[in-house]
Amino acid sequence: MKLLRDTWLIFQRQMLLVLRNPVWVVIGILQPLYFLLLFGPLLKDALQAPTAADAYRFFVPGLLVMLAMFGSMFVGFGLIAELRAGVIERSRVTPVSRLALMLGRSLRDVATLVVQALLITVLAIPFGLTVRVGDVLLAYLLLGLIGVMLSAASNALALKLRSEDALAPLMNGVAQPLLLLSGILLPLSGWVATVADFNPFSWAVNASRALFAGNPGDSSVWQALLIIGGLTALTLFWSARSFARSVR
Amino acid sequence: MIETKGLRKSFRSRQGRETKTVEAVRGVDLFVGEGEIFGFLGPNGAGKTTTLRMLATLIEPDGGEATIAGADLRRNPGEVRRRIGYVAQGGSTWDEVSAREELVLHARMYGIGKAEAQRRAVRALEAFQLTEFADRKCKTYSGGQRRRVDIALGIIHDPKVVFLDEPTTGLDPQSRAHMWDEIRRLRSEGVTVFVTTHYLEEADALCDRLAIMDYGEIVAEGTPDELKRDVAGDVVTVGLNGSTPEAAQLLDSEGYVNKLETVEGGLRLYVDQGSIAIPQILRKIDGAGLHLGTIELHRPSLDDVFLEKTGRSLRES
Repeated sequence: MKLLRDTWLIFQRQMLLVLRNPVWVVIGILQPLYFLLLFGPLLKDALQAPTAADAYRFFVPGLLVMLAMFGSMFVGFGLIAELRAGVIERSRVTPVSRLALMLGRSLRDVATLVVQALLITVLAIPFGLTVRVGDVLLAYLLLGLIGVMLSAASNALALKLRSEDALAPLMNGVAQPLLLLSGILLPLSGWVATVADFNPFSWAVNASRALFAGNPGDSSVWQALLIIGGLTALTLFWSARSFARSVR
Repeated sequence: MIETKGLRKSFRSRQGRETKTVEAVRGVDLFVGEGEIFGFLGPNGAGKTTTLRMLATLIEPDGGEATIAGADLRRNPGEVRRRIGYVAQGGSTWDEVSAREELVLHARMYGIGKAEAQRRAVRALEAFQLTEFADRKCKTYSGGQRRRVDIALGIIHDPKVVFLDEPTTGLDPQSRAHMWDEIRRLRSEGVTVFVTTHYLEEADALCDRLAIMDYGEIVAEGTPDELKRDVAGDVVTVGLNGSTPEAAQLLDSEGYVNKLETVEGGLRLYVDQGSIAIPQILRKIDGAGLHLGTIELHRPSLDDVFLEKTGRSLRES
């Protein structure tokens, strides 16, 4: 009960900050938007897709996973700024739940992510994207799990490193191979596809494509939910522990 | 209100490949009474902040015990948190929100309901003269205003004890005087105030009792007057018109004079307590029919205390 109340309290404050300065929400969708407008048109020929709409139906589900990944991986920078301002320390001397300090922030990231995903989905409709409501909700659930996982991991690392100069190269170093090995930009083949099997986000991309193609029963869907769900639980546990420890 | 026994903390720091253990706090015993302003004086790096952070439940001690406002620090840090307030050295407010928003949120983190939190915020804003800019973003405040918000946050839940880590560092003289008034007001409301500082004048003017810390240890503890008396007693300078040798002879045999020096135009007398010695000196000189020009009392400063206890001046360190 206290955990829920405290989480809601932190979430409210964090959302207030997002709404007060929503420019970051817009900046967050700029990257996928550029890909939609400037990379999408190349795909029909590159993929030898029968129509442009087919190419977008292949590309947009992956683009949403990319949005979830890049939108959440860098939230640790915000936490470092809060650490520096003394806001976290001020919270720590109160009896507020430590887990709530983390969960409230992760929920903010999920809320932001869902809004961004909606925007991208709606913007992709004129390009020929079609999807059923039930399927898109399931896809958003998958995106939400990715958001929680990566935002928790990013925050845990931020608590450990406590410096933007250390967090930035680490996150970039991880983000690029994860993106290239996910099959978001082009279909994977050869040895790269073999390596990509070890990338959980590649599974998420496959599931997202199955959902947007109207196949929620496809085995990739439950597999991805299982893999991403399990990893999310693990990361949450890790992050909660580092919050509890450095925050006692 | 605060009692500690053998509180210890060491940190491991890495320098290249070697790990070095730094004993930041080595066994601190303290007693702070209810309603006191207790000062913690020492140079930077003496272990003041580490001690304070341990008492405020922010870092776990390696050893020792502490009871704060009746709650055990080691066994029940949650209860300690409910009973104390803590104001960090580096500030605690976020640029993009207002003082009112910060106060309401902070009260609510203590489990206080929304309506009550809002009432308390209004009261705190008035008490700290922040009402005028209560709804402006914190980034628009001056240093002194922002520090007042920090303190208001620290006491929004009516704690019994409040820890202030260098509350006046970086403030201009006027804001500093203002801050002293705020701290005294807290005491008058029955709050026990534990304040660290590296300003001697501040410790002297503000604190009921204080402890001097150096290299992780308490080297002296007492009221500012006690500490100063401890060191050298008082110095009385007597200005005499010509009859210095006679006066010297007369006063040298007096029991309350610890030491006597002849200086230009008069005498310098080292005594335990100037306020008691001065009437006796006056009577003696008057009785002998000597002509007394001036009489002056000097108290040793806390810097003298610090010099005596640590072997160096606080101003240099």
